[in-house]
Order: sequence, then C-alpha cells, then structure tokens
Amino acid sequence: MFGRLTIEAFQHDMIEYMADVSMLLGAVLVIGLLTYLKRWKWLWTEWLTTVDHKKIGIMYIIFSTLMLLKGLVDAAMMRAQQMMAVGQSMGYLEPDHYQQIFTAHGVTMIFFVGMGYMFGIINYMLPLQIGARDVAFPYLNNLSFWLFVSGGLFIITSLVIGEYAGTGWSCYPPLSGIKYNPGVGVDYWLWSVQISGAGTMLSGINFLVTILKMRCPGMTLMKMPVFVWSVLATVILVIFAFPILTATAAMLTTDRLLDTKIFTEDFGGSPMMYINLFWAWGHPEVYILILPAFGIFSEVVPVFSQKRLFGYTSMVWAILAITFLAFVVWLHHFFTMGAGANVNAFFGIMTMIIALPTGVKVFNWLFTMFRGKIKFTTPMYWFLGFVVTFTLGGMAGVLMAIPGADFQVHNSLFLIAHFHFVIIGGVVFGFFAGYSYWFPKIFGFTLNEKLGKYAFWFWLIGFLMAFTPLYLLGFMGATRRLDHYNVPGWQPLFIVAGIGAALVLVGVGFQMLQLLVSIKDRKQNADLTGDPWNGRNLEWSTSSPPPFYNFAFTPHVHSRDPFWVAKKGKQIEEKRAYHPLHMPKNTGTGFYIGALSFVFGFALVWYMFWLALLSAVGMVAFSLARLFEKEHEYYVPAAEVAKIEMGRSE
Amino acid sequence: MKKIIKYLAIVLFLVATAAVTYIYIQNNTIAVLEPKGMIAEKESNLIITASLLMLIVVVPVLILTWFFAWRYREGNVKALHTPDWEHNTIAEVCWWGIPLVIIGILAIITWRSTHDLNPFNPIVSDKKAVKIQVVALQWKWLFIYPEQGIATVNFIQFPVDTPVNFEITADAPMNSFWIPQLGGMIYAMPAMRSKLHLIASEMGDFRGVSANLSGTGFAGMTFVAKSSSLADFEEWVQTVKQSKSQLTTESYKQLSLPSQNNPVASYILLDNNLFDEILMKYMPPAQ
Repeated sequence: MFGRLTIEAFQHDMIEYMADVSMLLGAVLVIGLLTYLKRWKWLWTEWLTTVDHKKIGIMYIIFSTLMLLKGLVDAAMMRAQQMMAVGQSMGYLEPDHYQQIFTAHGVTMIFFVGMGYMFGIINYMLPLQIGARDVAFPYLNNLSFWLFVSGGLFIITSLVIGEYAGTGWSCYPPLSGIKYNPGVGVDYWLWSVQISGAGTMLSGINFLVTILKMRCPGMTLMKMPVFVWSVLATVILVIFAFPILTATAAMLTTDRLLDTKIFTEDFGGSPMMYINLFWAWGHPEVYILILPAFGIFSEVVPVFSQKRLFGYTSMVWAILAITFLAFVVWLHHFFTMGAGANVNAFFGIMTMIIALPTGVKVFNWLFTMFRGKIKFTTPMYWFLGFVVTFTLGGMAGVLMAIPGADFQVHNSLFLIAHFHFVIIGGVVFGFFAGYSYWFPKIFGFTLNEKLGKYAFWFWLIGFLMAFTPLYLLGFMGATRRLDHYNVPGWQPLFIVAGIGAALVLVGVGFQMLQLLVSIKDRKQNADLTGDPWNGRNLEWSTSSPPPFYNFAFTPHVHSRDPFWVAKKGKQIEEKRAYHPLHMPKNTGTGFYIGALSFVFGFALVWYMFWLALLSAVGMVAFSLARLFEKEHEYYVPAAEVAKIEMGRSE
Repeated sequence: MKKIIKYLAIVLFLVATAAVTYIYIQNNTIAVLEPKGMIAEKESNLIITASLLMLIVVVPVLILTWFFAWRYREGNVKALHTPDWEHNTIAEVCWWGIPLVIIGILAIITWRSTHDLNPFNPIVSDKKAVKIQVVALQWKWLFIYPEQGIATVNFIQFPVDTPVNFEITADAPMNSFWIPQLGGMIYAMPAMRSKLHLIASEMGDFRGVSANLSGTGFAGMTFVAKSSSLADFEEWVQTVKQSKSQLTTESYKQLSLPSQNNPVASYILLDNNLFDEILMKYMPPAQ
C-alpha cells in the first residue's frame, strides 16, 4: 500500500527536526491567518485560479522569495560548518547532512530562485512591454506556474519525508545511481526536475508564441525593447535545452527504477554520457538565467541615464550570438574528464568567444551612461555593482576556459567564487535592479530609496567578502563541497567568508525592512502617474498597477522607446469610445494538475505504483475536461472599461 | 571635511586589507601559484599570462564605469547631455575589435597550451619514469607500484626530477586526482583508464586530494605525495617490502569496502595485474 514508505522516513536528527517544525509552524500560521481573515475564497478566485500574467508573475516572485530564504539558510549553515571544521574539530554537521545541505542550496537557488525570479519578471513585464492583453496561452501559463510550484514544494517535502539527495545539485552518476545511492533523495531530485522542468518548457513555448504573435501593431522585431529580445533568446534556449534535461533525468530514472544501465559504469553504460547531457542543458541554463538579467539592465540604464540605449543593433546581435554559442561550450564543465587536446581546445576557444558579445553589452551600457544625466537610484546602484562583480567573475570564467589553467582550478573553490560572482553579481543583482525599478508599476508605490541603498551596500560588501577569499582558497588547493579540511591555514579565510555571508543576511534584512517601511508609507510614495521614472517603454504608459486588461486601447508603435517618443511628441490623445475587451476566464485546472503532479512524483519516489497510475489518470482527465469546457473567454463590457479608465484619470 | 574623512577611511581600509592579505599570502602556501614541478609551473604561468591579457580589457572597463558614473551624474551641469545619441560605428568597431584581438591571442595560447599540457602526454626525460597506478576507492586512494611490487594507501613517494606516470581509475563513484603543486587534475572514473604525467623539481611533501564529490567520506580523501632523492625512494621501497600486509585479490576486496579518514598503509603487491582486474570488472562480458 505505501510502497517503501515507512515510519523511518520521518525520523531525522535534531537540526532537521527543527527545520521541519519551523516549516510546519509557518504553514499553520498561514492557514490560520487565512481562516481568521476569511480569505480562502479570495485566495482561490483572485489568485490560485488566475490566468492574469501579472498575478502569476507576482506569485512566482513570492514563491521564489520563500525559496531564496531557504537557500540562504543553507548557505549560512555551510559557511558556519566551514568556519569551524578544521583539524580535530569536525564541525556541527555530519558529512551526509552537510552534503544534503549544499545539494539543497544548489537545487533551490538554480531551479527555484533564479528561474522563478526571472520567469516572474518575464511574466509580469513582457506582455506589458509588447502592448499585449495577456500571454498567448493564459491557461497554459497558469499550469506552468503550478507545475513549477509543485516541483519546488516536492523537493522541500524530501526534508520532511525521507532525505534530500547528497550528490551535489548536478546529481552525477555513478554516485547518483542505485548502487551508491539507493535512498529516495535522488528520486526526489529527479521528479522535482521533471515536474518543474515541464512547467518551464511550457512557459518557454508560451512566451515564444507571445513574442512572435502578440506584439502590438507597429512593433517590428527591431523595435522591440531589448528586454523582450533577451526573453526571446531565453525562451529559445529553454525550448532547445529543457528537453535534454527531461530526457537525461528520465534515463537516470529508468536506470534507478528499471535497471536499464544507461549511465551505470558497468554493462556498457556510461556515466560520462550523463555528464555531457547534463551540461548540454546546464550551460544554456546559465544563459537562461543571465539573459533576462541583461535585458533588465538594458531597461534600467537608459531610463536612469535619461538617454537612448547605445548600440541597439549590437545588443541584439550580441544576445543572438550568446544564444547560439550557449550550445557549443558545454564540455568546458569537464575538461578534466580526459578528452583529447583537440576537443578540449575547441570547447575552450568557443567559450572564450562568448566573452566578446558579453563584453560588447557591457561597453554599450557604459556608453549609454556616457553623455547621459545619471540619476543614482537603487536600480542604478545594482547595475554599477553588477558591472564590477560580473566583469571580475567573467574574467575568472575566461581563465577557466583555457583547459591548461582549468586543470588547476576545476572543482576548487575558485570555481565556486567564479560562478557566484556571475550568478549573484549578474542574475541576483539583475533581479534586484528589476525589482526596485518595476516595483512601483506592480504595486503602485515606490520603494524606500534609502533602505534600498543600505541593502545594496550590505549585499555588495558582504558578497565581496564572502566570495573573494574563495578565489584565493581555490589557488591554495581547497576543493568544493568539503565538510572538513586539514589545513589550519585556510581557516582565517573561511571565517572572513562567513562574516561576508552574515553581512549579506543583514542586506536581506534591510530589504525586508524596506518592503515593510514602503508599505507603511505607501500613501506618500504612491505612483499616480503610472510613470515614476520617466520611463521609455509601453509598460509605463498604463496605470500603476495596470488594470487587469493592461491597455484599454491597443497601443500603436512607430519607433523604439515608444512611450518616451510619445511623451516628447506630446501627441494629443484622441477621445475614443471604449470597446468591450475579450479576456480569458480563470480556471482551477492548472492548480489541480499541479497538485496531482506532486502526488504522481511522490508515489513514484516511494514506489506506490497504484497511486502513481491513479494520479496520472487524474491529470489526463483534468486536461480532457478542460478541452470540453466551452467558454474559456468572456467580454468585459465597454461600460466597465470606461469606469476603470475614468477612475484612473481622476 | 566629512567627505574627506569618509574617503580617508575607505583608503585606510583598503590599505589595511592589502597589508593583511600580503602577510597572509607570505605565511601560507598558495599551491597553484607556488609550483614545484614542470607541469604545475607551466600551468601557473598560463594562468598569470592569461590574467594579464584580460586585464587589458577589464581595467579600462572598471575605470570607465567609475569615471562615467561620476562625470555624467545628474548634478554635473558641465557635462554634455546627448539624449538621442545612440550609435557610433567607430566606437562599436573598437569594442568588438579590440577584445576580438585579445581573444584571438588567447585562442592561440589555448590551442598550443592545451596540446602541450594534455595530461596524457608523457614527459620527455633521460630518466626512467616511475609508474604508479591509482585507484580511487570509497573513501581512500590506493596506489599500486607494479614495477616495485608494492602498494600504498593515501601516500606516495617518488624520486625528484623523475617523470611519474599515473594510470588512474576508480572502483567507486567518480573522483578527481589532484596534487596542486605538481600539476592539474584528472577524473578518476570507474571502467576508465585516465593518464596523468607529472614531475617534481624539488623535494618535499605535497598535498594531494580528491576534487570531486564521491560520497560520505569524500572530504577525508587527502594524501601526501612525497618527492625525495632516488636513494631515499629506493630505501622507502625496501621498507614497504618488509610490510606484513599483502595485497591480493582477496585482501583487495576487504580494502575496497567503504571506510573514512584512512591512515597511511603499505602492502606487498602479490597480484601484479590488480589494476587491470579492477578495470575489467566493469567491462561487458565477452560474447
């Protein structure tokens, strides 16, 4: 009946119990609050079943923020362990537990924070920037979101029931094979990746179609904002890369479940094939995270420099070049596997070439600032921080692209420093820039600038303190993923890194405070114009927050920076009659399928095959039922549109 | 006045950090940048050359960032403001072109150094190389000296200025074999025979590690690589040969069981084909 699920799955050590209990208390608190405030119905009709891309975007960001906090706790625990575990002292964590924590940190940050934040912002901003009412497939968007959440909650569940994988986030066989890892941790990882990966794939298709088919009249490809270009490139990467991950995870699953011996070390299997396939997805994935961040900076810099983006065409070609090159560099993740010199050199050189378009983008941003009038707002701070960290991190990256140099730094803390410099400095700073830039659009009031800047400084200095020592430690021969080391000389650097991590946490504290204070002062900081920064693209032409239909009239675009040009031209707005608007209806199907996908994965992890079959049938049934529903859309009457629009101008 | 104090504090902080870093570096081994062998030295030089080349672009970027941000701040009324200026062919040719040249140079360096530093290349020397077969186990390193008829755990010794030919495999999840002061790493994979050729130019004890996660006891997979005079090496081989423990197919099974933080051990090697037998375990059965 319960497969291999026994009472043992719930037995953990003290630290894990504390984590479980705190999660449980959090859940109870939220449920209690919702019940007390009688908000269940509101939650269901307004949020959980919504197909509005804006609300889905907000939900992505909320979910990813929760995951970020969890990932930060993991990071703090790792830093604490490495501060003490030297020589005789073994630290406070068992090796197995430590290995689960760094795996959790990687999985959480890559799959559920980086991806969630980027898809959150894309969801909210992309349709607004192209002047659309919603995405091409609103119901699919809702389904994607629930699959993503389901995958995230699923991997969290492994903390409570069973165990987390201890294989590192990349889950290499043979370590992740059934022979060395018979437990449920790897299975949780596999099904989490499958479920959330399916959601990401559907999102990719959805946004590709949205960009290609839903742009407002006049917005040709070369008039699209660079953010839209970067999303276009991102979703192309998603569509080509995620099937590889799905297939690879599926093969590892059959290895574990059906003994197919595809990635085993014996009987003709090859673990090296897994590593190749994993990075054939994994490297494009890096660009899936960073390209939207590039797009965000391309929005932020011109607005706050009060000047057109420099070198638009170069920017577009640079993005496209990165998109292509992303698929021909995967081998640089394992030069040390022992491929021949020709193969290694080819992939090394291809990798370096990526530095070209990336560098061009940096120069174009800098020359956007050149002869501008720069306002030093929080988003601009994040941008400047990004240039410093990303350039230094990128330099380390090019160094590691040289196989002869990589042999000496691969899998060392130098590598860890490199990718945190580019991922925190690029993706996370990019998201924070976007967060403070678009926050007034999303919620109708600006964020507190002073606290935002405090947060920035704590983040930047803490980040540099936490990761610069790791470059040096890498050169000293410190490898990654160590729960203990025997060189006392390393300890001071680990302590500095630990203090840096603590400063980052203070920065996060300031961000929370910033949010609270800004909510408290929302009346003073209200954005009544819809355009607090003197923005350039269409998202600023509607109210803040935008009405659920985005635009009462479909915008017509004649140039780049359409809103900025329109403001300069002082076009006299014609009084036009409002039309009824065609909008999609909310649906619970996405939520149901997401929930069932969770049950499906859970059943397979614990070998409850009857339940797996049942939930699979359920998912198909819900999809079919949706097909037979007749009315997916409705009309908003012109009178209602008029009422909302009048309220805006008053 | 307040501003001056602020800048002074920043400068003071930077100077102090630099001084502390300098003292720290003086008192600790920066293994990769303090090579003790030809391969590691070439790799170290490669790292330094490539870094300097890249600084040609990186330094101007950092200076420009700071300068533009300062010069074109909104409050600076003297600075030019050209809100519609968005294209300049010469400028864009520059930042596609100059980095292209640097990447071109780096590409040539990469091509050459990758062939030169291919770990599979034997090292040319008039001295006869020492052959060491390496097996990564759960969670220790087994070293087999087939020519000397000995084997050790978590310790190797070899003569200075003599090439050492490593043959590397694993009877465990994938590991990575790395002695930073002698040269770069290569994966130790089950069913695969990797090769690595290193040489030490100085005598000394060098730290060796596994650089790839292989399970619970992975952090304890450190070993000592000792480079000594030829006479010392031969004497050491003789000492090991006096060892009471023997390594046979049977005792190997015992040894290969998972264990953590293993002390150094030495064996007389009775099964000269042990390394090949370990490899063949994973081969598909013959038709």
